[in-house]
Amino acid sequence: MESFFTRFKNVLVLVAILLAQTIGLAVQVRRPVESGAPDSSKVTLLRYWAVSTVTPIERFVHAIGYNLRHGWSNYIDLRHTRQENRDLQEQIARLRLEQAEFAEDAMQGHRLQALLNFQQHYVSSTVAAQVIGTSGNDLSRVIYIDKGAKDGLKPDDAVITPDGIVGKLRDVFPHTSQVLLINDQTSGAGVLLASTRVRAILRGSTTGRIIINNLTPDSRIKPGEEVLTSGGDQVYPRGLPVGTIESVDPDLDHQPYTLIKLRSAANLNQLEEVLVITSTQPTLPAPAQKDLAVASLTADAQAAAKQLAAQQAAEAAEAAARSAAQIVADRLPSLHDPDHPDAPATPGATSAIPGGVVPKPLPTNHPDRYSPGSTLPAADLKPGAANPVPATTSSPSSSPSVPADPQTTTPEKPRKPKPPTSETPSPTSTPQQPQAF
Amino acid sequence: MATRSYTSRRELEQHSFPPAVAILVPLAAIVLQALLPRPFPRLAILDLPLIVTVFFAVSRRNPVAGTLTGAAIGLLQDALTNQPIGVNGMAKSVIGYIAASIGIQVDVENLTTRVLINFGFFLINSFLLYLINRHLLGLTNFHIQWLHELIRAAINTVVALPIFFLLDNTKQRE
Repeated sequence: MESFFTRFKNVLVLVAILLAQTIGLAVQVRRPVESGAPDSSKVTLLRYWAVSTVTPIERFVHAIGYNLRHGWSNYIDLRHTRQENRDLQEQIARLRLEQAEFAEDAMQGHRLQALLNFQQHYVSSTVAAQVIGTSGNDLSRVIYIDKGAKDGLKPDDAVITPDGIVGKLRDVFPHTSQVLLINDQTSGAGVLLASTRVRAILRGSTTGRIIINNLTPDSRIKPGEEVLTSGGDQVYPRGLPVGTIESVDPDLDHQPYTLIKLRSAANLNQLEEVLVITSTQPTLPAPAQKDLAVASLTADAQAAAKQLAAQQAAEAAEAAARSAAQIVADRLPSLHDPDHPDAPATPGATSAIPGGVVPKPLPTNHPDRYSPGSTLPAADLKPGAANPVPATTSSPSSSPSVPADPQTTTPEKPRKPKPPTSETPSPTSTPQQPQAF
Repeated sequence: MATRSYTSRRELEQHSFPPAVAILVPLAAIVLQALLPRPFPRLAILDLPLIVTVFFAVSRRNPVAGTLTGAAIGLLQDALTNQPIGVNGMAKSVIGYIAASIGIQVDVENLTTRVLINFGFFLINSFLLYLINRHLLGLTNFHIQWLHELIRAAINTVVALPIFFLLDNTKQRE
């Protein structure tokens, strides 16, 4: 028996080590169930030992490189700084104007969200961190940052750059954290195609590409379309840039789905500094509100200036048109208001009546019921009643009126209306007779 | 005579290393592997821990030592990734064992031999990782591009040769 172990010592050691590691793998892949989730406590302990061994060296080397680089750029290589400052000032001014253009839309959006009771999550606090190392394995796309649980970080916090999302925190140690990049094969995120508003799930691949492979063919999805986070994964806040679509091809392995390849907005291969989103809030953070207020004021000022310019232009145009109309009015005969002979008769003159002064007809010598002004207003007429004798303009004193004593009047049978005579209008024929029922 | 020659050769060419070298060189390989891809992303194609594993295994010519060295380096490498701990550990354990076993049989000081064993071990390592990920862990979406693996093996072989010559200076003949 002893000779057996002695003879096969090498193989037995190999088998024992492989068996132990296989059991260890089996324990690990049993949990966690969720892809990309942090490890169990025992595995985290193993990683913690390894990370504690390696990261101090990484941190030291990174600090040397960082200080050398920043010492050079901050104190020695300051050429073109003034020009760069001027360029940045101009850029700020341009961005302010652009921001003002979007301010109104933003405020309208917030109002609508409030009306619909829509839950929006805004980034309220972030922690800036330096990238100190990688996994060193191209099958595992993770990076290490120099901030950890002591800085308020926790697993599943989103990691971003100003360009776009980077990944999420996987394992958080006291002074270091492991960031799972979005192009890792175990990574995923809920995304939204910006123009088509199609929702999808983004995944990493073994080759380090970012892909979407859960969409059926859609002719609206084209290369170049921007992709944003949808917020549905509860990790990345909504609306952060993810990247742009690079190609749309049929997925040969999973028909009938399409394979959409993305180019990430953030440069995942050369990350220097990242921001970890530590908390979100349903309202805009105070600095953003301040920016929005400034932008709103700028937008108002811009609108007022534009309105003033438009008003001045309109006045100038009106003055020009008036002078032209004056010339025409001097040369052509025009209508005159007989009631106001002194009123200006120019067509361009302002009048309360739309279309200008309507000429009144001359008074008739023998008015009848067809003469203008001989009919009572429609409000005074009563259906079924006889036509009253209208008052004429020539004899206003003889106009029909309500009898002084309505008790003495005798109701008459309805009869055909006589042609009204202006001389002796019958009081009984007045439609204003009160009817007693 | 042949048996005596075989035994003498093995005994003569077994090497050991100072403890500082045996610990610091693998650690330096792992740290460099973690640091270099950050400023130079294309250097992620290198596998310095595997180069060191092969070197120590073929130099010591002891399969048990080769297996243990491979396992330790692989496990430490795994601990820095998001993969389950043991994927690289298993692959490098097997590589260490085979490398030490081959080191007994052939002259590993020869340049051609070094080129061949490095190239071969990098391909074996890729194949082992494929087997472990695809069949042991059940990752059905795990694919290997063999052309990429051939290029990787060639590049790592080129990098391994100067490292081997450098580490030859740390050998202690037993």
